[in-house]
Amino acid sequence: MADPMKIRANVVGDSTEVKVLMSHEMETGQRKDAQGKTIPAWFIQTVTATYNGKPVLNAQWGPAVSKNPFLSFKFKGGAKGEKVQVTWVDNRGDKRTDEATIA
Amino acid sequence: MDNKRRDLLKTGGGLSLLELIAAAGWLKPEDVFAADWNKAAFDTKSVEDTIKAMGAGTPTQSKDITFFSTPDIAENGAVVPVGVTSAIPGTESIAILIEKNPNTLAAVFDVPAGTEPSLSTRVKMGQSSNIYALVKADGKYYVASKEIKVTLGGCGG
Repeated sequence: MADPMKIRANVVGDSTEVKVLMSHEMETGQRKDAQGKTIPAWFIQTVTATYNGKPVLNAQWGPAVSKNPFLSFKFKGGAKGEKVQVTWVDNRGDKRTDEATIA
Repeated sequence: MDNKRRDLLKTGGGLSLLELIAAAGWLKPEDVFAADWNKAAFDTKSVEDTIKAMGAGTPTQSKDITFFSTPDIAENGAVVPVGVTSAIPGTESIAILIEKNPNTLAAVFDVPAGTEPSLSTRVKMGQSSNIYALVKADGKYYVASKEIKVTLGGCGG
């Protein structure tokens, strides 16, 4: 299991700003190791964020997203103490879900 | 003794939470895979091909798409911050394309109603290139671009 995500969710005016820092290698499949062999691609393909069980963001990523990806977005509504959940799935089928409390 | 009991409580608590999540249906694989990965679009190698693979036809140039916290010159191509805001009403999705990367398409974000069409992330760039933001709004496609100069490439080794 990969390392946990760092998720911060803050109320800004009448919306909630969510910032997510994931821990992932995001290997492009373009690089070669010292023996000249291609390092296979390994990257997050889909990211889903939900608030109260309702999706607030769906993302599809290619290997061009940076290592240890950062993502920030805003959605309307959200109150202090409520939960935001973020799930990612990578191209090996690994996945991770973390949640944060809106502050 | 007491310490052990604490540990037991912790693991016990963790387990039941997981079960709860599973019972609530949050961890069902079909949910996680609901947002299908558009392999055809991510495999494309030019801006035209990506736009074609996403079924975008001929997107309209739009000044309502703006880049924020995006540098003109990126020192490190491995970590280039990109922020895109779309002021087009009814924005459904925002895609980020990097013209000179081995694969053009970097990311696609579906923005459900209630989510602001404004988000930021960080991408890798192999060399100086134009980046495009392709926005789908009300079934129509719009595009805007910006040039980023890269001093040190982020692809290949």
